[in-house]
Amino acid sequence: MTGMLELKSIDAGYGSFQALFDVSLDVRAGEAVGVIGPNGAGKTTLMRVISGLIRPIRGTIAMEGTDVVATPPHRIVSLGIAHVPENRRLFPRLTVADNLKMGAYMPGARAHYAERLEFVFELFPRLKERLQQMAGTMSGGEQQMCAIGRALMSNPKLLLLDEPSAGLAPVVVQQVFELVKRIRASGLTVLIVEQNVQQVLRVVDRAYLLEAGSIRAAGSAAELAASDTIKQAYLGV
Amino acid sequence: MQSFLNIFDIYLLEAVINGILLGGVLALLALGLNLIFGVIDVTWICYAELVMIGMYGMYYLVQVFHLPYWAAAPLVILLVALLGAALHFLVIAPLLTAPPINQLLATGGVLFILQSFATVAFGIDFRNLGIRLPVLALGEMNFSYARLLSFGAALAGMIGVYLFLTRTFTGTAIRAIAQDRQIMPLMGVDPKRIYLVTSAIGGGLAGLAACLLVLQYDVHPFVGLSFGPITFLICVLGGLGNFIGGFIAAFVFAEIISLGGLFSDLEWGYVLAFAFFIVMMFIRPAGLLSRRS
Repeated sequence: MTGMLELKSIDAGYGSFQALFDVSLDVRAGEAVGVIGPNGAGKTTLMRVISGLIRPIRGTIAMEGTDVVATPPHRIVSLGIAHVPENRRLFPRLTVADNLKMGAYMPGARAHYAERLEFVFELFPRLKERLQQMAGTMSGGEQQMCAIGRALMSNPKLLLLDEPSAGLAPVVVQQVFELVKRIRASGLTVLIVEQNVQQVLRVVDRAYLLEAGSIRAAGSAAELAASDTIKQAYLGV
Repeated sequence: MQSFLNIFDIYLLEAVINGILLGGVLALLALGLNLIFGVIDVTWICYAELVMIGMYGMYYLVQVFHLPYWAAAPLVILLVALLGAALHFLVIAPLLTAPPINQLLATGGVLFILQSFATVAFGIDFRNLGIRLPVLALGEMNFSYARLLSFGAALAGMIGVYLFLTRTFTGTAIRAIAQDRQIMPLMGVDPKRIYLVTSAIGGGLAGLAACLLVLQYDVHPFVGLSFGPITFLICVLGGLGNFIGGFIAAFVFAEIISLGGLFSDLEWGYVLAFAFFIVMMFIRPAGLLSRRS
């Protein structure tokens, strides 16, 4: 397996506040990788740095060998990186159809708009029924489907999922993690950030533990689930 | 039917229809301003002056270069669209993150620049196209073809913008960007490009309005003052940035002006319209169709 996404020694933050310190991680093609850690550990900042919403202070990011930091933010999606942001961030007063259309905005994706729409409907049949509904009026679970569907419209190689279970009812959380499994099965590489450690360790191959802006531990999902620090701090055993 | 017509005074009907015809052009003006405000969150104080420049463009193309009206109109629409894009690029873009008052002052400055430029370049004479369109007589009612044509073209322009905003990727992005600016790069959208396209469309609408208004009004450097303020009032009454609210408000204003003009002088129609606006600002300060949060 080859390295798809590689972060080396990333420092990043907002203004004078630094949120990430010397973070290095890599994701190989076909993998599902998790980043776990408490609230405020810098998990969302990590995602935003990869997708270009904020630029790192130091360090390098490479997607299949291309320098992500040197790529303008709106072109990063063309490298094959799709980011499902925290809190979904749908366009609430646009229909589901228009939200999906926005996901296919870049010229490379427009050409395959119809195919991608079929793919998303296969994954989320519910969205097909809700096409003309305003995205903001749907339930949390449906909105999460729409947000993931919108990201998939760009035909990405790597899907960044930021807290997909946040703010959802427990039953719906189960469904969302089932979805993540199905997305993996369709051949996508996934980098997922979660506070719900127990659940996320069941769907990823490897994971990193991020605390106070630094990587504190890394390993296979099984190793991390078995480690004492993680058991005590995050799994409540 | 006959008794109905007797009650329903024929002049009243004529005034109502003329109000609708006026409303179409006002709605077109309001749409351009609303589009800019809704998408870029900036108010072009100098919007009516773009229309004035467009009217001069029509005058020069038709009267000086002897182009037929139909050939001059697309050129003027293009010219004012470019002017709108230039206004964004040169004045608005550097001030996008500045406080709103600075943006207002800057576009207000452009208003005076354009007025002064027109005074120096074109003089203060009232000019017109020298085109006299006939009047359509329907029974006892008279409607000028200039107004009918303006109404039809304004409606067509608005439908065109509606189709563009709903059917195309760029149009969808224009509607989306007002709802969440920060995540637009995640969609592969360059906000700078969307702002530039929106400004060009806003300018193009001002250009279309110029082509229509020049059929009915003489052009002079201060002609913007006769429909600029009313366009702002319409946008505010409809709720700034609310396209449908602006559309409805345009017809409400047009009817007040037209009916007020029927019962008294035309100027009293404007007084009534402005008085109505002040009262409405107390009743519904956020606009006719304000969303309750």
